[in-house]
Amino acid sequence: MRPFSYQRASDPDMAVRALAAGAANDPLTKAAAQPLAGGTALIDLMKLDVMRPAAIVDINPLAHAWSAIEPGGGSLRLGALARMSDVAAHAEIQRSYPVIADSLKLAASAQLRNMATLGGNVMQRTRCNYFRDVSYENCNKRNPGSGCAAMDGVNRMHAVLGVSDQCIATYPGDFAQALIALDAVVEITGKAGTRGIPFAQLHKAPGSTPEIETTLQPGELISAFSIQGRWPRSVYLKARDRQSYEFALSSAAIALDVQDGTIRDARVALGGVATVPWRAREAEALLKGQKFDEALARRVADAAFADARGRRHNSFKIGLGRRVVARALQQAATMEI
Amino acid sequence: MTAAALEPKANMGQPVPRYDAAAKVTGRATYASDMPLDNPAYAFLVTSAIAKGRIDRFDLDDARGVRGVIDIITHENAPKLKETKLFSNGGYAGTTIQPLKSAEIAHDGQIIAVVIAESYEAAREAANRVKVSYTATAPSASFESPGTTTAAAKGQNAQFKEDPEVGDFAKAFDAAEVKLTASYDTPTQHHNPMELFTTSCVWMGDNLVIYEGSQYVYGLKNGVAEQLGIDADKVRVVNPYVGGGFGSRGSMTPRTAIIAGIAKRLSRPVKLVPTRDQGFTIATYRAETRHEIKLGASRDGKLVALRHEGAEISSRPDAYCVGGTKTTTRLYACPNVESLVSIVRADRNTPGFMRSPPEVPYLFALESAMDELAVKLNMDPVELRRINDTTTEPIGGKPYTSRSLMACFDEAAKAFGWSQRTPQARSMSDGDWLVGYGCAATCYPTQMAPSAARVRLQRDGRTRVEIAGHEIGTGAYTVIAQTAAERLGVPLEKVAVFIGDSDLPPAPVAGGSNSTASTCSVVMMVCDQIRQRLFKAVRPSDSLADKAKETVGISPAPSTQATKGDRPLDIEKAFDALGVGVVEEYGEWKPEGAPLDSFKALHAGQPRFVGGHQMKDKIAYAFGAEFVEVRINRFTHEIRCPRLVGAFAAGRIMNPRTARSQLMGGLIWGMSSALLEATEIDERNARYVNDNLADYLVPVNADVPGVEVIMLSEQDDHINPVGAKGLGELANVGTNAAICNAIYHATGQRIRKLPVRLENIEV
Ligand SMILES: Cc1cc2nc3c(=O)[nH]c(=O)nc-3n(C[C@H](O)[C@H](O)[C@H](O)COP(=O)(O)OP(=O)(O)OC[C@H]3O[C@@H](n4cnc5c(N)ncnc54)[C@H](O)[C@@H]3O)c2cc1C
Ligand code: SF4
Repeated sequence: MRPFSYQRASDPDMAVRALAAGAANDPLTKAAAQPLAGGTALIDLMKLDVMRPAAIVDINPLAHAWSAIEPGGGSLRLGALARMSDVAAHAEIQRSYPVIADSLKLAASAQLRNMATLGGNVMQRTRCNYFRDVSYENCNKRNPGSGCAAMDGVNRMHAVLGVSDQCIATYPGDFAQALIALDAVVEITGKAGTRGIPFAQLHKAPGSTPEIETTLQPGELISAFSIQGRWPRSVYLKARDRQSYEFALSSAAIALDVQDGTIRDARVALGGVATVPWRAREAEALLKGQKFDEALARRVADAAFADARGRRHNSFKIGLGRRVVARALQQAATMEI
Repeated sequence: MTAAALEPKANMGQPVPRYDAAAKVTGRATYASDMPLDNPAYAFLVTSAIAKGRIDRFDLDDARGVRGVIDIITHENAPKLKETKLFSNGGYAGTTIQPLKSAEIAHDGQIIAVVIAESYEAAREAANRVKVSYTATAPSASFESPGTTTAAAKGQNAQFKEDPEVGDFAKAFDAAEVKLTASYDTPTQHHNPMELFTTSCVWMGDNLVIYEGSQYVYGLKNGVAEQLGIDADKVRVVNPYVGGGFGSRGSMTPRTAIIAGIAKRLSRPVKLVPTRDQGFTIATYRAETRHEIKLGASRDGKLVALRHEGAEISSRPDAYCVGGTKTTTRLYACPNVESLVSIVRADRNTPGFMRSPPEVPYLFALESAMDELAVKLNMDPVELRRINDTTTEPIGGKPYTSRSLMACFDEAAKAFGWSQRTPQARSMSDGDWLVGYGCAATCYPTQMAPSAARVRLQRDGRTRVEIAGHEIGTGAYTVIAQTAAERLGVPLEKVAVFIGDSDLPPAPVAGGSNSTASTCSVVMMVCDQIRQRLFKAVRPSDSLADKAKETVGISPAPSTQATKGDRPLDIEKAFDALGVGVVEEYGEWKPEGAPLDSFKALHAGQPRFVGGHQMKDKIAYAFGAEFVEVRINRFTHEIRCPRLVGAFAAGRIMNPRTARSQLMGGLIWGMSSALLEATEIDERNARYVNDNLADYLVPVNADVPGVEVIMLSEQDDHINPVGAKGLGELANVGTNAAICNAIYHATGQRIRKLPVRLENIEV
């Protein structure tokens, strides 16, 4: 770890100002000042020397204003500083948004979920081993232009969707798949006050600039997430190497609106297989207006992975991902609500 | 009695709680790097980012600029150390690759610099700022890589003496009615004990104290002295608690002498705390292995021919190997046996012992093959083992001192519900899950080594036992205390045990599961010396005096030795008669058949093991049987293991509570070695990729919901005075095969390469 200054945010304005100070045109992750929430991701990366901020702005003092868990009136608002465990345990979230509750409950470990916040969770960075170990020089995300060690290296955990020839790192989080599936809006607090953007516009696929991961600018903070409507018919299915405390090899966030046996609206999002939170819109289109059956589920699953590109160790994720999607769809279609 | 403290059966001690339980759960137990030091300097390692080549240049300006940096040690200014020999060649080291000696790099993550600073943080920051230019050459990573060299183990590794064989394998295999040929692979694995590979070195004048988690304080003391070129009596190694070893701390690693040398130069204590990922390359590991098994049998299941060929990875300079054919060629009755072990040299660090070094990989191959043979024969796999059970090993024809293999199978099968199994593959399921039942045998050689101890008894019964044994989490304090309390007839609470210090009488390495047998045998002997002294003082003319050792107790008589008519000794009277305040005895014990130089070697930090197949006229092993239920999700192919049941027989069970804990941990690790643990190597550069505990997977609680341990009553009077067989390395053997056998039963798919991941399942 390198020396850094530490400040506690007294109010959102002060936090924004402190974070914007001295900001260059660098990617956000390289900004001189970084916000600290639960710290379970940021501190790790600082110890590994991957992130080297000169200043830390602790936003936990904003918790009184930023930790809402407010379902009701046909919508949901979640503060960025709400803890993963509190949201996962909330009875109304479990009832009306099971995909959210499960995506959080199946993530990390109980201890981490008690510390970690929703904002920090969506902003967590890839687990690519070559990215997290600075002794590897070739990592375009860490050292732009240096190459990608994972491309022909050990890439079992890597992405098959949204990849570029510069980077195939998986976006590792679970909760983001629920957010993107439910068309969440991210509330961003910055110099000019707050604004909302669709969650799908928060993360950026690697393309030729894998070092740029989100559309946030230095000095901008996520303050909340909001979702319209209730989604009681929704599931989060996660396949992983061990039964707990492990990232997804493949996951699916599914939400269906079924009336009289006909699917009126359908959401399919994929985790563990893509470089960013991933919405499979073409696949969703196949579901709308249809009656559910297993053959349809398989067609949807195939469509979701139509553009997938595997590498040496991760090609299995294409078949696995299809089976996870088909199974999750079936669970959602048949669940008792 | 609770689940943790099983009711003792015949020939079992009491399940008393751990001696160190309160200290550990309250955090009072002091591990090596908890030891307070006076004004220490902090060391942080810089390790190589290439596996082969040389360092052209260091750029240290940035690093030296960090406030608090005292010095940066590289090969250009490192303390000069003497050459070391591998432990198997009469030395102490786990590797002969000595870092900081030259610019050459022999493996990934080799120590190339040590930053010394006023704080850990400054040392770490400066280490991050060290810039290194290398000239890298293409390394050979593993079996598949070009540039490796392969040769038979026999002749290059002094401890691998023979490729066991008997009869005429080729002819018998040719003629066999049923034949099986199959190949198996096991992966690289790392011990990852919780305690990191720390060391602290403190000089007081010419005397050096080393605080380091070690499984062999006498080995480390002698080894470091040799490297520093000083008298071993000037070196003391202290570690009252060791945060897990699993073999990783059995031999000396290069870090210790380096830190000792730096501390000497600075005239200041130096404390090193390496990182978790550095632990993957500065200590040893379990090397990947490959096997080919050939089995020939008659139609009724009798083995007529067995061949086991194994290949193991080692480093360029060192011929380390585990050579598990010594066990696999002797486990079942078979008249025609052949074997061969080879060592494949690659650009890797030297591997080393890891819990049941030979048996984990080699029994995976044999016990998988036995299951495959059972399928070919259309026979229950338990029955196949019964048909080939034996009381004498086939290679030398020597009798097993005791062997409860089939009793273990029967007990475990009953507890598991094996009879519920429908034999056909893919015949059992439960909702989304395919269900499979599998089983395998386990065995581990019974070993002991010479050991010394000192015991002091006071008038009030307070007892102090001193022995340089090791508490690596197994329960060493507890069983030593129990042994002394029982032999002296004093209450357990009055016994204080001192171990983990090389100033105490020497004990062997805590390896090969010999500790309980060796340390308890010597403690028993020395307690008997005390009994005899006291007894003689009170009843010098009693005809029983000379027999006191065998027959007479103090107060009250030890329960195992009490004979009718013995009167308990009046301890006060005995002390008065002797005219002393304390009675203290020192003794050195060696197992039957130990070599002549045993006691000399004991003090020199070189264990002389006796046991297993290397005993005269007999062979001693502990046995067990393991049954597992595996579930495979039809959709995700996730593999889960909801039930592990093991039954084990290991002679006298000193303490059913600590024994159960060892066996339970073993079963869990066995499952882990089949389904989770593998160190991934980037073949292009021979570097470890998942070198952290988030990506090197070990089981979490949710992975092991049901683990049942059964201990059988077994008495063996032919092994050692306490009658105990080592069981620390018994239960993690064979589990890997049981799991693959269960996967076959669930899916019809035979998997011969570990670990098994969901992508390997095709259902
Ligand atoms: C061993 C391990 C296993 C894990 N397994 C899983 C898993 O299975 N699934 C899963 O989803 N996650 C998993 N995680 C990740 C874990 O969920 C994240 O570490 C956690 O959610 C991060 O939240 P935090 O509040 O601690 O973030 P921090 O560490 O405080 O911050 C993370 C990043 O977000 C930025 N940030 C924080 N808050 C904001 C904000 N309001 N606005 C803008 N930027 C912000 C920080 O600057 C930092 O860069 C695992 C983590 C570990 C260590
Ligand atoms: S996949 Fe991306 S993060 Fe990983 S090494 Fe390649 S560029 Fe870096």
